[in-house]
Amino acid sequence: MTQLLIICGYLGLLLLLGIGASRLFRGTSQDYMLASHSIGPFLLLMSIFGTTMTAFALVGSTGESFKEGVGVYGMLASSSGIIHSLCFFLLGVKVWKLGKAHGYRTQIQFFRDRLESRWIGLLLFPVLVGLVIPYLLIGVMASGTVINKVTAGRIEQGKVVGGTFAEGTFPAFLERGSNPKAPAAPPSFLYGSQGGVPKPLASLAICGIVLIYVFLGGMRGTAWANTFQTLVFMVLGVVTFVVIAWRLGGQETFWASLQAASAAIPREKLTRMHLPPEQFLTYMFVPLSVGMFPHLFQHWLTARSAATFKLPVVAHPLFIAIVWVPCVLIGAWATSDLITIPPPVAANPNAVLPFLVKKLAGPVLGGFLTAGILAAIMSSLDSQFLCLGTMFTEDIVQPLRGRNRLSDRQELLVARLFIIAIVAVTYGLSLLEPRRVFTLGVWCFSGFSSLFPLILAALYWPRLTKAGAYACVLAAAGSWLWLFTASDFAGRPNFTVDIPVPTAFDADGAWQLMPVAAMIGISTLAVTVVSLLTKPPSHVTLRRFFPSGAD
Amino acid sequence: MKPARVVWALVVLLVIAHQDVWFWDDDRLVFGFLPITLAYHAGISVAAAGTWYLATLFCWPLDETQTPAAAEEQP
Repeated sequence: MTQLLIICGYLGLLLLLGIGASRLFRGTSQDYMLASHSIGPFLLLMSIFGTTMTAFALVGSTGESFKEGVGVYGMLASSSGIIHSLCFFLLGVKVWKLGKAHGYRTQIQFFRDRLESRWIGLLLFPVLVGLVIPYLLIGVMASGTVINKVTAGRIEQGKVVGGTFAEGTFPAFLERGSNPKAPAAPPSFLYGSQGGVPKPLASLAICGIVLIYVFLGGMRGTAWANTFQTLVFMVLGVVTFVVIAWRLGGQETFWASLQAASAAIPREKLTRMHLPPEQFLTYMFVPLSVGMFPHLFQHWLTARSAATFKLPVVAHPLFIAIVWVPCVLIGAWATSDLITIPPPVAANPNAVLPFLVKKLAGPVLGGFLTAGILAAIMSSLDSQFLCLGTMFTEDIVQPLRGRNRLSDRQELLVARLFIIAIVAVTYGLSLLEPRRVFTLGVWCFSGFSSLFPLILAALYWPRLTKAGAYACVLAAAGSWLWLFTASDFAGRPNFTVDIPVPTAFDADGAWQLMPVAAMIGISTLAVTVVSLLTKPPSHVTLRRFFPSGAD
Repeated sequence: MKPARVVWALVVLLVIAHQDVWFWDDDRLVFGFLPITLAYHAGISVAAAGTWYLATLFCWPLDETQTPAAAEEQP
């Protein structure tokens, strides 16, 4: 019960923050969506970092390290340190400049002007929303799992002992779950909530809290909440690491405990012996996704000046290391013989971190550490919620109804109703069979990465045409859908695209590439070939977007 | 060589250094607790921060004096 009270206290604090931000709200949709371009370097750093580091970074990285070993850091964390900052540097600053000059609030508004296409939004919007939904799903699923695991009891002799709630507290459909090894057997408490807050209820509560503070505070509230939550999860993440290392290692000093814990990691988890180097190489394409995240685009536009970007560009790789290194080590320690991971937890890598927190930290510390994990999850959900509403009103409703036909109040109402609808869909999907957070995250990011050639060409290649852009979006969406289906909808975590090569090049006779490499190849080919075959943009557009090279 | 070119050369070097096939099967622990592949890639993160710091000094893409005026805010 202690953990639950601390979690509730933390959620209450967030609501107060939203109320505080709402008192500074200027009443305009510009302020609601972009905080009137008033965000300084520190807030921008924290909000961008908090937004990009979701459940994927804490719950996902720990779980993936538990399954695949410490190589997971190189697969996505160190590469993100290089590529994310590259995107902020090359794309973010330029987007901010154009956004400020032309009053853009969303990606699609920029593309509409750059491509001279009023209807690009009708194609791009469903693709972007379709990709944001799995991203939301990661957070919604993980929040339910985390709260459930830390409030659940333990299983002794086939019975649940020490849970927060007795059997029968909640309706049976919330409390009972199926045995994964015997799906035909009737659902039971033992395979369901196990005395913790039922997952569907916990996920619903987190969605509700984030919705409330986003609705109250808009972008300003979101940036404040992001900053607060990023500080919370970074500090508590380090505390989690120290506590777990000390208790797991079981030595007198922290240093000796660290060494004892790492010495027990099996060799296969210390190396990348099961990972083909070419697959590792092509993982590097995944972080390109930040170039096309619509919520990050919106965060870029909130910056007070171009110089505001300097701190995020430099500090982002260091912040990634601070969060990921401890999580990856914790996941590897969990594979050692110092702790027994019960089969249901081992089968669901998303549950490894909350299980360790529950097992190794006391109730009070466990409650705070859980709040830290939830902070990381919610600091991404909020930006995504806000962005979805902005995109719907700005990119779909306004163009269809004609400019200025919606008042500010109506615009906010439409945005909020759309956000609620998308959250409802995501919540519904979260009730289906769970997927590994890491795998789902990689698929979601891969989809955004496959659109990277579009934003790069729009900013740096004057020859990009409207038809080329349409071809790029269709190629990216089509290849993503095709490969995602082939992977059994993320049900096969180690799915690769295999390219046959002579055994002289690779003893396996094939290069095993991440699907993202194929998607980016296809979309790049589409945008290049179709643009070169079609009529270039007008001189007016070229002068507007490439003033130094148009004449 | 111009400083901006050096910075971009460093970025390319980072991408190459990221492919550390030489540590693929190495299970040594640095300081007795940090797997060598993890230590190496944490080093890549620090090197990336340093490289991007140089980028902000020598090849910042926007001249602050040319910052555009904001588009009119809607009422």
